[in-house]
Amino acid sequence: MLLDTKAEIVGRESWGDYFLLTIRSPSIAEKAVPGQFIMIRTASGPYPLLRRPFSIHDRKKDTIDIYFQIAGEGTALLAAKKQGDECDIIGPLGNGFLLDTLAEGRTVAAVGGGRGIAPLFFLGNELQKLGFPLTVYYGGLTSGDLPLEKKFRDKGIPVHCSTDDGSTGFHGLVTDLFLSFLPSSRPDHLFVCGPDPMMKALSRICLEERISAQFSLESIMGCGFGACWGCVHKIKTQGEAEWTKICQEGPVFFTEDIIWNND
Amino acid sequence: MTDTPDLSVELGFLRLKNPILAASGTFGCGLEFTPFIDLNELGGFVVKGLYFEPRSGNPPPRLVETAAGLINAIGLQGIGVKHFTETILPQLKDLQTAVLVNICGESEEEYVRVADYLNGHEGIAAYELNISCPNVREGGRCPAQNAESTYSLVRRVKQMSARPILTKLTPNVTDITLIARSAEEAGSDAVCLVNTFLAMAIDIHTRRPKLANIYGGLSGPAIKPIALRMVHQTAAVLSIPVIGMGGIMSAADVVEFLLAGASAVQVGTANFIQPDILPQIVEDLRRFLVKNNIKQITDLVGGIKSP
Ligand SMILES: Cc1cc2nc3c(=O)[nH]c(=O)nc-3n(C[C@H](O)[C@H](O)[C@H](O)COP(=O)(O)OP(=O)(O)OC[C@H]3O[C@@H](n4cnc5c(N)ncnc54)[C@H](O)[C@@H]3O)c2cc1C
Ligand SMILES: Cc1cc2nc3c(=O)[nH]c(=O)nc-3n(C[C@H](O)[C@H](O)[C@H](O)COP(=O)(O)O)c2cc1C
Ligand code: FES
Repeated sequence: MLLDTKAEIVGRESWGDYFLLTIRSPSIAEKAVPGQFIMIRTASGPYPLLRRPFSIHDRKKDTIDIYFQIAGEGTALLAAKKQGDECDIIGPLGNGFLLDTLAEGRTVAAVGGGRGIAPLFFLGNELQKLGFPLTVYYGGLTSGDLPLEKKFRDKGIPVHCSTDDGSTGFHGLVTDLFLSFLPSSRPDHLFVCGPDPMMKALSRICLEERISAQFSLESIMGCGFGACWGCVHKIKTQGEAEWTKICQEGPVFFTEDIIWNND
Repeated sequence: MTDTPDLSVELGFLRLKNPILAASGTFGCGLEFTPFIDLNELGGFVVKGLYFEPRSGNPPPRLVETAAGLINAIGLQGIGVKHFTETILPQLKDLQTAVLVNICGESEEEYVRVADYLNGHEGIAAYELNISCPNVREGGRCPAQNAESTYSLVRRVKQMSARPILTKLTPNVTDITLIARSAEEAGSDAVCLVNTFLAMAIDIHTRRPKLANIYGGLSGPAIKPIALRMVHQTAAVLSIPVIGMGGIMSAADVVEFLLAGASAVQVGTANFIQPDILPQIVEDLRRFLVKNNIKQITDLVGGIKSP
């Protein structure tokens, strides 16, 4: 975990209210694994006060990418950053997806909803290197929410898309898209990142279908490195359900350990 | 530069290498910050509030950000005193900095039980009595809102404590100087102020409170001017040291608190935003002293002039 207060933005792309920034930080890039995140300071003054968390979307030798959607003040400021600007980041944070346990010959798939697609590109690339071709189910409200479809295809990662309004791909929820493929191409292991209702529904499906799965959870974060106890989710640890720090123990957890009704 | 200024502070019961401490609940147990800073550069740090037993805390959302501020309702989730002394404290033993423990309790008996347990362990410079956490009790009530219960609690702990006692006060009272005085009369070695301000935020679309706990404690730059006023008022009426805090983000903020009468300060929320801020503040303070030709930092304490 490193603090890099002068990481230069060396690339920027945008599609509507989705943005991709390439940030030069060799030491963070070197250590990063898929599923980890960084905390970015979006303003130099006291508003927004806290850093904002973003998954590592891609990694090259000296750079990391983040891919995000404007959600409020902090992401709007970040979207306004230009190539050549410096940004103040901490990373890589959290534990990534667990990949060592994948047995040879296992099939893997991933489901990403909206901005939740972010960590799945880095994941797809690493899995490819490890010899596990990933299939991605990518859902959004409308076609404008799926700007990365081509990027996955160009990398040789197959993508199936869905939109709630039917403007592109399967007409409906990404969970239903995933279910429609289940009889013909059932994965042995699933990776999931997206809005809570989507993850909750998929968690139920995975438990019923006995598909082992890892979920990347979100929470409002005060620090990102375990100091504030603000980011908790109820997680089973050695049989006991406890409020667990997502930033430190996660953000990735196995389905069977996640308790969805926060009570 | 010939003379390096003297940053050390003598509180009477404790000598600090500099007046910068990390505030409880914002610094974990210290170890969370070792990837970013050398803990030995601090005057000291206060570990997160400890009850006797582990505590599960409040449901999320526990945090909400407001203009230049943070409202938290963590609910003092914590590991309990046994786990702390067994697994954390041994890792802090070799530090050349003051380690303070923030003690919590739901009753006077619990505070005494925690202090009694800690009395039997090495490596703690002082206890900070968190009689002022606004989250836990219904409606944010706590012993520090009442002069009599403050007196009674501080006195009981002081009588059995093997270590100096700092009493941490809540700003959620009509007259903080009354509570501060009772802490002093009860034998407190210092007071620390302020804890967070009871606050809330509402989502206008869902019309629900943004925190699951409805209310939480406001910290950060938004509270600094009020905290500073309270430190000034309190320092004017006490003879024990006052440790000031609330929204400190820079060495300039520290100087303000010292001028207002604080003998030392604590920095909280700023640690989340800039995890290496504490040594930076120490360095900036040193520069400030050199630039202004001030030989020792204690010369600033209470140095505010008339308007
Ligand atoms: C581990 C992790 C990884 C993330 N990765 C990405 C990513 O790759 N791309 C991306 O676009 N977003 C990601 N997010 C979400 C992103 O951090 C938030 O969208 C961002 O913090 C919002 O900041 P803001 O100032 O723009 O909005 P704010 O004004 O702070 O908030 C806008 C709205 O979003 C809600 N919100 C704020 N923070 C979060 C949060 N952390 N999780 C869920 N809801 C939140 C608020 O309650 C509010 O309703 C991630 C979050 C986590 C915890
Ligand atoms: C997330 C969080 C947790 C806190 N936990 C504690 C605690 O356990 N005990 C305590 O006495 N104060 C606690 N506080 C209060 C701080 O120690 C400090 O008094 C307050 O935040 C004001 O300082 P600041 O504005 O610099 O943060 C907490 C504050 C925050 C933001
Ligand atoms: S964000 Fe602070 S503990 Fe997780």
